[in-house]
Amino acid sequence: MSVTAANDEVQVGRKSGFVSHLHRRKNNTGIPEMSSRERWSRRAPLLPALIFTVIVTQVPFVLVIWYSLHGWNTLQPGSNTWVGLKEYRLLFSDPLFGHAVINTIIIAGCGAIVSMVLGVMFAVMLNRRFRGRGLARTLLITPFLVVPAASALLYKTSIFDSTYGLLNWVLGPFGVHHVNWIGSHSVVAVVMVLVWEWTPFMMLIVLGGLQGESVEVLEAASVDGANAVQSFFRITLPHITKYIELALLLGSIYIIQTWAEVFILTQGGGGASGTATTNLPYYIYQLAFNQFNVSEAAAAGVIVVIGTEVIATFVLKLLGSLFADTEVLG
Amino acid sequence: MYRRGLTKSGESALATHRSARRHATRLVAATASVAAATLLAACGGSSSSGGGSSTTASGKQIVRVAVVSNSQMLNIEKLTSQFEKANPNIKVVYDTLSEDNERSAVETDITTHANQFNVAMISNQETPTWAKNGWLTNLKPVLSADKSYDYSDLISNVVNGLSYNGGVYAAPFYAESSMIMYRKSLFQAAGLTMPQDPTWQQIASFAQKLNNKKTGTAGICLRGQVGWGENLAALIPVINAGGGSWFNMKWEPQLTSPATEQAVKFYVNLVRNYGESGASNDGFAECENYYGQGKAAMWYDATSAAGPIFQTYPKVAADTGYAFAPSGSSTGATGERAPWLYSWSLVVPKGVPNASAAEKYVEWATGPQYIKWSASKVGWANIDPGTRYSTYALPQYQKAAPFAPLVLKAIETANEEKPTTMQVPYTGDEFIVGSWFISLGTEVSQQISAAIAGTESVDQALKTSQTDAESTMRSNGLLK
Repeated sequence: MSVTAANDEVQVGRKSGFVSHLHRRKNNTGIPEMSSRERWSRRAPLLPALIFTVIVTQVPFVLVIWYSLHGWNTLQPGSNTWVGLKEYRLLFSDPLFGHAVINTIIIAGCGAIVSMVLGVMFAVMLNRRFRGRGLARTLLITPFLVVPAASALLYKTSIFDSTYGLLNWVLGPFGVHHVNWIGSHSVVAVVMVLVWEWTPFMMLIVLGGLQGESVEVLEAASVDGANAVQSFFRITLPHITKYIELALLLGSIYIIQTWAEVFILTQGGGGASGTATTNLPYYIYQLAFNQFNVSEAAAAGVIVVIGTEVIATFVLKLLGSLFADTEVLG
Repeated sequence: MYRRGLTKSGESALATHRSARRHATRLVAATASVAAATLLAACGGSSSSGGGSSTTASGKQIVRVAVVSNSQMLNIEKLTSQFEKANPNIKVVYDTLSEDNERSAVETDITTHANQFNVAMISNQETPTWAKNGWLTNLKPVLSADKSYDYSDLISNVVNGLSYNGGVYAAPFYAESSMIMYRKSLFQAAGLTMPQDPTWQQIASFAQKLNNKKTGTAGICLRGQVGWGENLAALIPVINAGGGSWFNMKWEPQLTSPATEQAVKFYVNLVRNYGESGASNDGFAECENYYGQGKAAMWYDATSAAGPIFQTYPKVAADTGYAFAPSGSSTGATGERAPWLYSWSLVVPKGVPNASAAEKYVEWATGPQYIKWSASKVGWANIDPGTRYSTYALPQYQKAAPFAPLVLKAIETANEEKPTTMQVPYTGDEFIVGSWFISLGTEVSQQISAAIAGTESVDQALKTSQTDAESTMRSNGLLK
């Protein structure tokens, strides 16, 4: 919908119903200008919420930066002294920190990608009409609503257990016996739980994109002789690409913060290094609550935030150009 | 695409605007009411939980107790009404958490002096260090002054682990050592006899003979779970019995020494060959279920497991025999028996409000009257073990608990000052007393758990543990 330069109140009214009935000065772009008083009368009601948000989120953040510049270990009385960037130096030379970064990338990457693939599959399935579609949709969404700690506990005791677990029981006829999923395949176990939790999220976003797809284009394709596979890969997939990217971006931000699953399933252990499931959130937890090294944990937190911002800015720029390029059909 | 002046559905723009306005108003009203309701609920909730306040609305003093979710603690929670009846101006509130969480919560509370807990449950690992830091109240004056508490009845070995500089900073709630539990019927069927004082070599040969893949019975159930209080608690005494150690007198880590390596290889191979499947995830609770359900012929673990087995698995309990914790090394060289000594104890942090009410609670919970009285509610076999000589003199306890004399002897002979045959600069049998041990122990236990799962070789696990120990010693100034 484009706004023409013409003096058309009705079009403006359709765009923003709150403004149309007031006469306004219009500049060259056709967007009305507001006086300073009106600007403030719009913002003032938002101020309490804004101030509250700033206090609740930014004050702790500033405190964390403050802690990270000290050498505080709560188990060592008198260690709360200014040390400057010493904790940051310690972290960059700590092999366990780099290890945690790599683990985070592996676990979050695998979790996001696998749940996206499954999400697309389920979204395509749910996009058709079939009997029981409503029930199927509800069941498919439910894993996302279960609290992560409960999911992890369920998987740990009922599904992954080597003696009593459902997974070994289901795979029994295929010759699988007493596989210790959590001990021997720790990363796989954690990723499995993540995929179970996040597939509904990916599925819902992709489903939204699929439902915006124009039926006429698909009909035209089938008239031209395209089969289902061709029409999926050449017509549907390009259409939902930006939904997939959006879901991956949003999902990754959350999946990187995985903590409960690691804590309950593996306590950071596993793999050939013994610490294959220690990702950044769990490593920071260990620094703060095992070593009681508050300052080092704070420094690690600051580094993670900065790193995430850099990556997110980069990805958003990439996505932004993609959004500008593609146009909505019709 | 759209005709001028009309929306897609044909309504006039103004009508759309008006309906949008009404819709928006309704939305704002709905949001406001939800927000108001949430605020009211939050206010109402917080006033009833009384977080941080030290008196209830009726003027009673609140004693907030942080406890671990073991069965003995869960029992006392149910029985606290006796204390509240005798002390009508005190109200006891429990914060029950799993072991690791409770430790973190208590440590955070005490180290930051938040004073959220009037009484906390810690062990003999933390007590000496925290007493040294001046964080705990000396309970000896209060406890020894009360005649009905019978201070000299407390088992001296246990009290020593909770002392510092002549004061006693924690009151033992229950204490444990280690022992072997075994199924008498399975031993009889295989024609084997368990000696009262076995060696690790003997245990290994029993496990090999009794391991039955067909019936799904493991030869022995051993801990493998990550945690310095889980797999390390079982493994370190094996190292100690075999003549290995954590550090030498210069605080140089000894985790790759021949004796230590041999002991660790023995433990890992024993559990991988003849232990329960999935052992790398099994801690105390999992092994208890395993053994109680008859899936293991032997179980090497805490003496405090005996009572709960009686409570939860009476059939297996009736068939269980008991032997001292094994001695000697895996190669058959004779060594010392290396039982462990651990006590869950109650402390009163310094500077908490309602300190005298808290001390009264500690006196009641660790006093002889509670132990006797609780028997009527939890059964004689399951009363709190290991704290008092008088417990073991009770005829009902001797009758109901066949493990009692062995447990008393084990607790009395455990030596925290001299955990291993070598001379070492640290104290503690299955742990080391020192605040740096928590994170080092966790790191090493992760490596051991991976070795038990088979994702890492024992050599690599010990090499990584050695490096971790060296860096911990350096950053704490014990090693140059």
